[in-house]
Formats: sequence, structure tokens, C-alpha cells
Amino acid sequence: MSNLYEKTATELAGLLSSKKTSSVEITRSVLDRIDAVEPKIHSYVSVYPDLALAMAEEADRRIKAGRGNSLTGIPIAIKDNMCLQDKKTTCGSRILSNFSPPYDATVVRFIKDEGMVILGSANMDEFAMGSSTETSCWGPTKNPWDTDKIPGGSSGGSAAAVACGQATVALGSDTGGSIRLPAAFCGVTGIKPTYGAVSRFGLVAYASSLDQIGPFGRDISDIALLLNLLCRHDPMDSTSVPMSHPDFTSFLNKDVAGLTLGVPVEFFDKPGNRDVEKSLRSARDVFEKLGVKFVDMSLPSLNYGIAAYYVIAPSEASSNLARYDGVKYGHRSKDFESMIDMYCKTRAEGFGPEVKRRIMLGTYALSSGYYDAYYLKAAKIRTLITKDFKRAFESCDAIFAPVAPAPAFNIGEKMDDPIEMYLTDVFTIPVNMAGLPGISCPAGFSGTGLPIGMQLIAPHFGESKLVQLVAAFQRETDFHLKRPSI
Amino acid sequence: MKITIEQVDYVAILGRLALSKEEKLKYMGQLDDILKYMDTLSAVPTDDVEPMAGPVELFTPLREDVVKPSLPIEKSLSNAPSTDGSSFLVPKIIE
Repeated sequence: MSNLYEKTATELAGLLSSKKTSSVEITRSVLDRIDAVEPKIHSYVSVYPDLALAMAEEADRRIKAGRGNSLTGIPIAIKDNMCLQDKKTTCGSRILSNFSPPYDATVVRFIKDEGMVILGSANMDEFAMGSSTETSCWGPTKNPWDTDKIPGGSSGGSAAAVACGQATVALGSDTGGSIRLPAAFCGVTGIKPTYGAVSRFGLVAYASSLDQIGPFGRDISDIALLLNLLCRHDPMDSTSVPMSHPDFTSFLNKDVAGLTLGVPVEFFDKPGNRDVEKSLRSARDVFEKLGVKFVDMSLPSLNYGIAAYYVIAPSEASSNLARYDGVKYGHRSKDFESMIDMYCKTRAEGFGPEVKRRIMLGTYALSSGYYDAYYLKAAKIRTLITKDFKRAFESCDAIFAPVAPAPAFNIGEKMDDPIEMYLTDVFTIPVNMAGLPGISCPAGFSGTGLPIGMQLIAPHFGESKLVQLVAAFQRETDFHLKRPSI
Repeated sequence: MKITIEQVDYVAILGRLALSKEEKLKYMGQLDDILKYMDTLSAVPTDDVEPMAGPVELFTPLREDVVKPSLPIEKSLSNAPSTDGSSFLVPKIIE
């Protein structure tokens, strides 16, 4: 039998319900794994062994009493930007390094109510601003497949932890690709649900019209279980859509023959990386053998996704981050002369270089005289992107795309070149702009053994279609079963 | 369009960021590069296009106006850098 830390939540749930193991045994196995590999990977900002074991004991009592749910007793890592009551929630930032929220985020409450076991807070780019998990004030997370490489970002800690058995599943958040990119670079499955499907209450805001919480797992069945838990209306988030969601696990065994995937020429016409091209071509072959049809299409506005995103996201960020003023919570400078001086020094000391850059960019784009040229223009292009997708879905069930232009890059490689770093998200950003659901799953490996991801995008609230397609793909392929040797 | 150091100074004040000379020079160059990239947007015709603020149909969810328990004062103040036990303390702003 393989180690408990290597098993999926679906496998562990089976062992738990047939009393072949306990949540305490599973949790100990994962905590031992964290002890063994954390010095090499640094997936976590904080690990809570005592809390995790107490939650595991409680889960075992619940299962024994016959009150267990599908995810009761399963260990999970939470990205460090979701409020965990009375535990450090730092968002990877010095300005929140001592912040302990007085309440739980709604998703954390769902996890606790389910009886899942919280292992700790996963590392991330500061305020989720980055594509590499290098901007965290706690230092970078390493890619478990090659520790010289970045794990992708901003939810790099969550993805790395799931990839190397430091968590069975994890939560991340995705504003421009922050779940899908690290899932691809670390060889795990991750989904950004439709905007409004999962509550953002208690998620530290980056760009509120783009942020969305979603799960990581080692295969699609774990994603389906977590979607069942997370996709629920929350009156505490006024953008949470009041609707009922289907049982996502009921789409795991559905036939995909006859479905159509759209191939946007704008995602495939750039000079690409040969490993990525090869993996995507083989993935297409797999789907075609399953009876899926492919149709070429053009979504011209996708070419403007990055430029529009890097106006809109920093604009929203500059406004959201105005709350870090050294008054109600967070760091306050020790040395200042006036109120304004206190704000300026507090923020200069508390924020890192990428966060400052985006505040500057957003403040500029919203400032008097530039609003029309930048923010308003970008908001109009957002409309065009959404319309392009809407038109595309008239002739396909989902869109087939790469996740990133190339596999994981070296630590430090793009830190001094913001535009190069921003271009990493060229295929993921348009999905957030239109609020669509997008999934990233393993689809191959580079010549040097780095994972390569495939992305599928569905219409609003089409998560079930993504589950159906990826489940069919994972029945035919074994990329998702490969684990890094660390 | 070239970003000037005066513009960087002005934006840093608006954004409440005390930046060093080196930071200002670095951001001046980087903002200039980024904004040049953004200028590709001006090529897109958008005269008849409505701007979009968010991906979901915005509506105001209404609920009954009932009193519910809220956080006790000590909890609300527990993360504050400076308090007197019932309020947040800030530097004097009126002479």
C-alpha cells in the first residue's frame, strides 16, 4: 500500500468510511511528510500540527458516530489570504505579518463544518500579486519537480503542497491565473470557478471584480468533491450568486462523445514552446479518440487581455489596499511626524516592491486626466472580451487552451522584468476578465521532466462540463498520477 | 508619453507611499515601459462599447433589517497597533 499522504481525498474517504484507517493516521502521515520536505519546498507560511491533530480526532469521533460527510477527516491547506480565526493570516505580506482575524472566511467555515482537517496556511505571492510565489515576504516556494524552478503563482504554496503530499487538497484564489498557473507548473488539477460561485467573504481582497476562490487536488474526483463543498450561496458576499449547483461528482463518469471544444486561433498563433505545443497536440488526440469534435475560432479581443488586466487589476488593488493605513490592524511605522506621514511610512515599510508597483500603476490609471485613457478604455475592452467568449460558446461546449506559454521558469529569472512576468498569464487572464470557470490539469511533461498543463474554459456556471471533460481525459491518461521524486 | 519624476512624486503622494530616490527612479522606468505596453489598447475601437465593471449582473441583495450579534469591542481592537481599550488611537490631526 502506498503512503497515506500520497492518496487522493476520494481514496482516503473510502478508507475512512470502511474503517481501514483514521483521520489521525492520515493527518500524522501528512504532517510527517511536511516535516520531511518542507525545508526543501517551503509550501507553508504556518503549519498547525496540534490544531490539525485535534481536528482529526474530532473527525474520527464524527465518523464513528456515523455523522461523517464526504470530506470529513481529509487534510487541507488554506492559502494565506483566507481568514482563519485567531490564526495568523498574512497574505504573504509584512504589513499583515501579525494579523490574526477575529472571524473565519466563509470557505473556512464550510471546511470546518465539513470536519476537514486544517494543516496550515500556504505560501503565496504578496497580496496574490505575482506569477511565481517569489514576492512573498516569507521567501519563495520551490517547485517540487525541480527546486531551482518557481512553482507558479500566486497560489504556489497550495499547488506545491498538493504536488508533493504536504496536503491532500488545498484552497487557492485566482485573480488572473493564480490557481491554474501553479496547478500546471506543479502537475496538479486546479479550477477557478465562475465569478460568484464561491463566497469571497473573508478572502483578503486584491481585485474584487476578478478574485475567485477555488480548489487544488491531485485528480478531478477531488476537485468535484471540493466544488460540492465550496459552491454555495453566501449572504455575506453580495456578489455570491443565489442559485443551486449540481452534484459535481455525478459528472465524473459521463461520456464526452459529441461534445465540441473550441480552439481560439489567438491562443495558438504565437511562436510557442515546443514541449507545450506537443502536449496540447497529444491532448487533442486523446479527446478526438473519445469522440470530441474540435472547431477553430477567432476571439480577436483576447490579444488585449493582458494590457486591459494590468490596468483594471492594479486600479482595483490601489483602492482595496488603501485600508492598510496602520490604524485598525497590521503594521504601523514607529517613526512619523503626522497622520499622513504615518500612512506613507507604514505602507512603505509594510508593502514589498511588486505591491508598491501595482499601487503606483493603479493610482496613476485612476488619477485625474488619465481615467478615460486607461481605466475606462480597459473596462470597455473587458466588455469586448466577454462578448467574444459569449459568441464562441454558441458553437462549442468549452474552449481548449494552454495554461502558460512555457513550463516553470527559474527562480529569479523574471523578478526584474515586470512585463515578462505579466506575460506568463496571457492565456489565463481573459477568463477572469469575463468571470468564466477555467480548469487546469496535467497534460504532459517537458523534455526536462517539468509538468505541462492544459486549460479548459466553460460558459458561466459550466463547471460540471469541465469536470466531465477532465474526468474523461484523466481516465485515458496518467500524467496526473505522476509524482515528483523529492 | 514619458513619465516624469514629478508625476512619480505626485502618484506616490496619492498612493500614500514614502518612496526612496532609488525606488522612484526604478518605478519611473518600469511604469513607462508598462504604460507603453498599455497604449496598445488605444488601437481598439470602443466608441459604441459599454464599460464593464464586473462579470455578474449587479443587483442589490435586500434583507430584513434585524439586529444581529457583532464582534465585541476587544475582538475588534485586538489587531490594532494602538488603542485605549475602547477606540483606535491615531496621531493628533487638529492643532
